[in-house]
Amino acid sequence: MGIFFFIPLLIVLAVSFASRGTDGGVEWTFSLTNYAHLADPLYFRIYGRSIALALATTALCLLLGFPLAYSIARAPIRWQGIWLLLVMIPFWTNFLVRTYAWMFILRTEGLMNTLLINLGVMTQPIELLYSDWAILIGLVYGYLPFMVLPLYAATERLDLSVVEAAWDLYATGWSVFWRVILPLTKPGVIAGCILVFIPSLGAFITPDLLGGAKTMMVGNLIQHEYLVMRDWPLGSAISFSLMALVLLAVMAYFKTDGRLDRLERGV
Amino acid sequence: MVNNHQMHTSRNRKWLAAFLCVASLSACQPTAEDGLKKGRTLYYFTWSDYVSPDLIAEFERQASAKVVVDTFSSNEELLAKLQGGATGYDVAAPSDFMVSIMVRQGLLAELALEKIPNATLLAERLQRLPFDPDNRYSIPYLWGTVGIGYDSNVISPPPESWTVLWDPRFKGRISMLNDQREVFGVALRVIGQSLNSRDPTVIGQAKAKLLSQKPLVKTYTSESYDQLLISGEVALAHGWGGAIARAMAERPSIKYVVPKEGGTIWADCLVVLKTSRNKDLAMRFINYLLDPVVAARTTNRLRFASSNRQAKALVDEQLRENPAVYPLDSTFDRLEWMADLGDAIRQYDRAWTELKMQ
Amino acid sequence: MNRGRIWLRSASLANLLFLYLPIAVLILFSFNASRLSATWQGGTFRWYLVLVEDQALLAAVHNSLVVAAVSTFLATVLGVSAAVGLERLPAGRRWTVEGALLLPLVIPEVMLGVALLLFFVMIKVPLSLVTVTIGHTVWNVPIVAVIVQARLQKLDSRLVEAALDLGATPWQAFRRVTLPLLTPAIIGAVLMAFTLSLDDFIVTFFTAGPGSTTLPLKVYSMIKSGVSPEINALSAMLVLISMALIGLSLLVQRQRH
Repeated sequence: MGIFFFIPLLIVLAVSFASRGTDGGVEWTFSLTNYAHLADPLYFRIYGRSIALALATTALCLLLGFPLAYSIARAPIRWQGIWLLLVMIPFWTNFLVRTYAWMFILRTEGLMNTLLINLGVMTQPIELLYSDWAILIGLVYGYLPFMVLPLYAATERLDLSVVEAAWDLYATGWSVFWRVILPLTKPGVIAGCILVFIPSLGAFITPDLLGGAKTMMVGNLIQHEYLVMRDWPLGSAISFSLMALVLLAVMAYFKTDGRLDRLERGV
Repeated sequence: MVNNHQMHTSRNRKWLAAFLCVASLSACQPTAEDGLKKGRTLYYFTWSDYVSPDLIAEFERQASAKVVVDTFSSNEELLAKLQGGATGYDVAAPSDFMVSIMVRQGLLAELALEKIPNATLLAERLQRLPFDPDNRYSIPYLWGTVGIGYDSNVISPPPESWTVLWDPRFKGRISMLNDQREVFGVALRVIGQSLNSRDPTVIGQAKAKLLSQKPLVKTYTSESYDQLLISGEVALAHGWGGAIARAMAERPSIKYVVPKEGGTIWADCLVVLKTSRNKDLAMRFINYLLDPVVAARTTNRLRFASSNRQAKALVDEQLRENPAVYPLDSTFDRLEWMADLGDAIRQYDRAWTELKMQ
Repeated sequence: MNRGRIWLRSASLANLLFLYLPIAVLILFSFNASRLSATWQGGTFRWYLVLVEDQALLAAVHNSLVVAAVSTFLATVLGVSAAVGLERLPAGRRWTVEGALLLPLVIPEVMLGVALLLFFVMIKVPLSLVTVTIGHTVWNVPIVAVIVQARLQKLDSRLVEAALDLGATPWQAFRRVTLPLLTPAIIGAVLMAFTLSLDDFIVTFFTAGPGSTTLPLKVYSMIKSGVSPEINALSAMLVLISMALIGLSLLVQRQRH
């Protein structure tokens, strides 16, 4: 399986040093211009925006996903599978169809505005769709299961007696969560955050459909280079830099974490 | 149903449930390979919905061959796939500018026009097109224009100029295509330039023009402007005629205009790929799609004009008279084909990214 | 304690509401008479009738399910072995391999798609459902591995050591001790991989050969002419069938208890 993975990767690495053929495709002349292209301040704005949105998505997914995953892990064992299925079934419908449904919910004459006006919360419809909020809702919705599943996997069979003891010892639920539950579920939290952060960085359909395509995220940029500009070399260069960035962050984490683990174990 | 009694643990049963969802949906399906006797198979790579199943079935009977349809959603996807080396397709339907690229890339086979008698019925306006004047590689199939769809209850008098998209009264009720060439094309037309301009100063001016428009735009979309028009959320939509014609069918107050500065004309063409192993069948299939009756049926369904001049008379009258489907004669001199700009496209790309990030 | 529980319950319920809100909307719209689901134009069963007749669409659903099932199986086997193998490496070397394993996750899908296309063409493997399945597997292995590894990290390694001390072969220890302990993670990973494969468009587009259309390929190419309500009907059926089967399994379970 490794070859199916590493050889394509090497091909793309090679492509990122080539240049765009006039009709698209790849011309095999070595150059670094693609990477030079990346230092453009215009692109830095795109990277910054994307990272901010991806971080917000990750935080929200964690906030929403944790209680859900925890309750599932707490449920009687025969119910757990059913709960997980219930969480996943919405995602067996097509992504585009789900996104269109959100557009219907959020649009000016949509469900949300109608509901809020009828409830007397407000008098004038507000523009929910085509904003960063809509993008955020879409991303959180799309990637919530990426958070719930690893959290569940890590939380299941968390030693109940430890938590019970903690309840007796600490006054507030918050400190129980912070000092006992969170440290115990840390690997799940990390896995979930990686699985949410990375794909939301590369998202491009959600920003276009729910955000109104008024700005760009890295995902849009890459998609644009590959499939509109037909500039595979530049697309590859952007992808590679992005990859390197995220990987370095993750690996740095694992490295320090490994060291800490060893310290804790007294090795 | 599988008998549940044989299952031993409750966990097993839950997984069984999951797999039954899968099985029950897949069990009743015939696969694509069933049905026709093993004979010749034609692989057609086209826009989704471009050909209706009943037409395919009719051709399969006539030619006693099987047709497999695969779909793409942009010219670039089509090119990427073919450039990547995906072979096996016989007939494809690229748009005008993409035909010239595919010719240069050596992806297309020359057409045997004697096997496509319906090619002689091309509408006069679609003969000798700049990207393939002698129809050596391609024949126009469906075509149309880009213009403004508007709600005549809101916008009156009817707009005549693209500048209506800069009218502050309609702030937040305007949608633009999410397509760099088309959007820049509008601005270039407004400042009196060709939409194929390669002059950096001109492109810079167009960008400034678009930046001043951005605060008025509700969304850039190539997909949902028909829905936005119908629901009344936008009153002005920059878009393809066919989609706006579909919106008209649901909300009669919607009208279509190609503004006086002119706009884009496009045509999706039928081509045979060089790697096709069934070239005769491919020519026959193209001839079938270009048949007046078949073409008229396609136009009635899709609301894109057919290239066949005899087909127009067979099309529903209301579509024939609809400027979103068949452009008015008077607009023709103002229409322009979009050319592939080669490396000059970088300037548009840069300006487009700046527009988006502003 | 109690307040915590109530809070947890309501948070979970709110979550489920959030997850099912768009699903409710799309089920509603599968009964909408309008072809463009912009406004409600009255109820109809028409799209369900169209759906049952649409052989091409049903064939695409069939392809999607086959690819999802096979690639999930492969990705699970490979992903679990990768995670278990990784855990045995010394911590100092682990992080490099860990990083490498994560690569496909970090690669934008379109890049992975193009790369796989170039690769398959290079080694002269004709594009088909098989190449699609390989593509999905490559993409899903790291996801399975990440999920499984998160659980492995908190497993008590003494359990395996005890099994080995008691005379179990390494394989027996893995089968009887590690694997059962990993089950929740594996269930999660299987669900994840299946779901991702079922809905993947980009990798599929580039690795699919003539005639190997899957459901997402069909739906995405409708984007220009408007996604047909038929797809809403199909989605609604899928959700309802899954729900019905869950209900059924619950019922059977209750009878046996």
